[in-house]
Amino acid sequence: MTGPAVLLETVDLGMRFGGVEAVSDVNFRLTEGELRCLIGPNGAGKSTFFKLLTGQLLPTRGKVLYRGRDISGIETHEVARLGIGIKTQVPSVFDGLSVRENLWIAASRGRPTRRANEMVDEILSRIALAGSAQRTVGQLAHGQRQWLELGIVLAGEPELILLDEPAAGMTHEEVVRTAELIREINRTRSLIVVEHDMQFIRMIASKVTVLDRGRVLVEDSMENILRHPTVRDVYLGKRVAA
Amino acid sequence: MNARSRNGALNGGALNGGTWNGRAWNIAGLVTVGVVGLAAMIGLPLVLELSSLLDVTVYLILAILALSLALVWGYGGTLCFGQSAFFGLGAYAYAIAMFNIGESTIPFLLAIVLPAAFAALLGYFMFYGRISDVYLGVITLTVTLILFNAVNSTAGPEYQIGEARLGGFNGIPSIPPLNWPGMPDSALDLNDLFYVSIVLLMAVYFGLRWLLVSRFGRVIVAIRENEQRAGFLGYDARLYKLATFTLGGALAGLAGCLFANWGAFVSPTIFGLGQSAQIIIWVIVGGRGTLIGPVVGCIAIQWLTAFLGSAQLTKASLAQVVGPTVADALSSVMGFADLSNTSLILGAVLLAFVLLVPRGVMPSLLDLARFLVRRRPADALADKAERAT
Ligand SMILES: Nc1ncnc2c1ncn2[C@@H]1O[C@H](COP(=O)(O)OP(=O)(O)O)[C@@H](O)[C@H]1O
Ligand SMILES: [Mg+2]
Repeated sequence: MTGPAVLLETVDLGMRFGGVEAVSDVNFRLTEGELRCLIGPNGAGKSTFFKLLTGQLLPTRGKVLYRGRDISGIETHEVARLGIGIKTQVPSVFDGLSVRENLWIAASRGRPTRRANEMVDEILSRIALAGSAQRTVGQLAHGQRQWLELGIVLAGEPELILLDEPAAGMTHEEVVRTAELIREINRTRSLIVVEHDMQFIRMIASKVTVLDRGRVLVEDSMENILRHPTVRDVYLGKRVAA
Repeated sequence: MNARSRNGALNGGALNGGTWNGRAWNIAGLVTVGVVGLAAMIGLPLVLELSSLLDVTVYLILAILALSLALVWGYGGTLCFGQSAFFGLGAYAYAIAMFNIGESTIPFLLAIVLPAAFAALLGYFMFYGRISDVYLGVITLTVTLILFNAVNSTAGPEYQIGEARLGGFNGIPSIPPLNWPGMPDSALDLNDLFYVSIVLLMAVYFGLRWLLVSRFGRVIVAIRENEQRAGFLGYDARLYKLATFTLGGALAGLAGCLFANWGAFVSPTIFGLGQSAQIIIWVIVGGRGTLIGPVVGCIAIQWLTAFLGSAQLTKASLAQVVGPTVADALSSVMGFADLSNTSLILGAVLLAFVLLVPRGVMPSLLDLARFLVRRRPADALADKAERAT
């Protein structure tokens, strides 16, 4: 087989909560270096799919392969050690600690202190929070918290980055900046981005997987997705077409 | 500026070493504690009679116990209701080993290692079994009560470990004192015990300060703040919690060993509910997330308990201090006429603290100190200069 290697793959992946089939029969493939967007209406199963990828949930069917190795239901800290970084839908940061300390904790695993400190400074400027390094994270604005979490993920230098709604609750300028940041990250890393904001998906223009009621509806480039009749009429509405 | 001082208080200053200001506060704190500790070590034996020095010694020993929970709960976020289990195990391990061995080096070490091993075993099942925080409290409480009942029912002569009789509810009297390592003939007298206790208290305090600025300490605080995020970053929270819990067990055991020396006596009440509750109260009153807070809380409450016990505080004597109207009101609100009931007063003190100073005394005092320092113009200038660089 030629072409770029498969980084992440799911085989007949399924998750059932009682009677609700949140994810079913998902066969998903991500190649090395790819930037993939995952969209779908609320309740489509995007976050559940994410949790299956990162071992937070144990699938009721199928498996998750990372570089060919089955990682379904793996311990959370082992996911990170494989080189997968996660940003959750509700920002998960260390609220009582300073911005710098948050990044330092992320940067210091497996690195000597001096290297970790340099890394923190580098990321602080990258996520535009250098001026707030000593502030307690609990006091940051929502958009800044989102960026901080992105910075925390970057500090671990993962190969694959999973972002669940990274632009949620951001102002337009912040959304633009976030899209830039994601494209920049994609130069060296693979990413899966869950979003339902179509404007944002357009900005980072990549291959898109549409999830609907737990199943993959279509998988195509952004332009084709926008032309897809079912997607357009049922899930995206006229707002996007306009 | 305000943000920075709040952050410092939250982290007990230990994590705020990144700025010059945070570092200055840390150093000021360390120097203060060192100076006060040394002054107490040199001065107290000169000014106090032996009996008072003995009272102070037990405060110091219990302060080590307070520090063990300050670490496990205040920094590690694990609310252990059974810290007295390790305290009691340390005391009993020392006593039993001492009757059998006669020389105190091994009993002293056993009093630390045995509770630590027990904490490691218990912690392994709790943390790796993914027990929720609430059940963790229930389990630790249950364990200490089981120990209480088990030891309590060993009064018969058949309960004997080597030369040591467990004595059940009667306890073990006449426990031989510590001797200097390897010298069974030179036992510590009560003066020596004071010095050993204050030196060990300071060693534990400074050791923990060092631990908390190390990577390990910063990570356990991060886990307390958000266990899921720490996991996403590759830290195995269970392992860190287990290590912290085990260290807490070792420190409580050390305190137990000194306690058995102090009274030359140990009984099952050491495992009791009252003892467990007290440790938690010291930490609440002194302030979680600091080390000096629980030490101060412990000493202050021990002193208050002793004072109330000896002063026979009654409504009449209270009236002399706060006036008859307030004394009347107090006693009717509390529903008792005689205020000599120590535990009721301690309960009221705790309630007042939880409601009025929920973060504890030391964090609030430290914030006040920072606030006052900042008001001074010289420092305002220094602040500006710092921001400019
Ligand atoms: N822990 C859970 N228990 C029961 N049902 C759940 C759970 N998590 C998600 N679901 C259900 O699974 C479906 C998919 O949810 P989710 O993955 O959060 O969707 P999305 O992120 O696409 O909005 C929804 O119907 C939701 O109610
Ligand atoms: Mg979601």
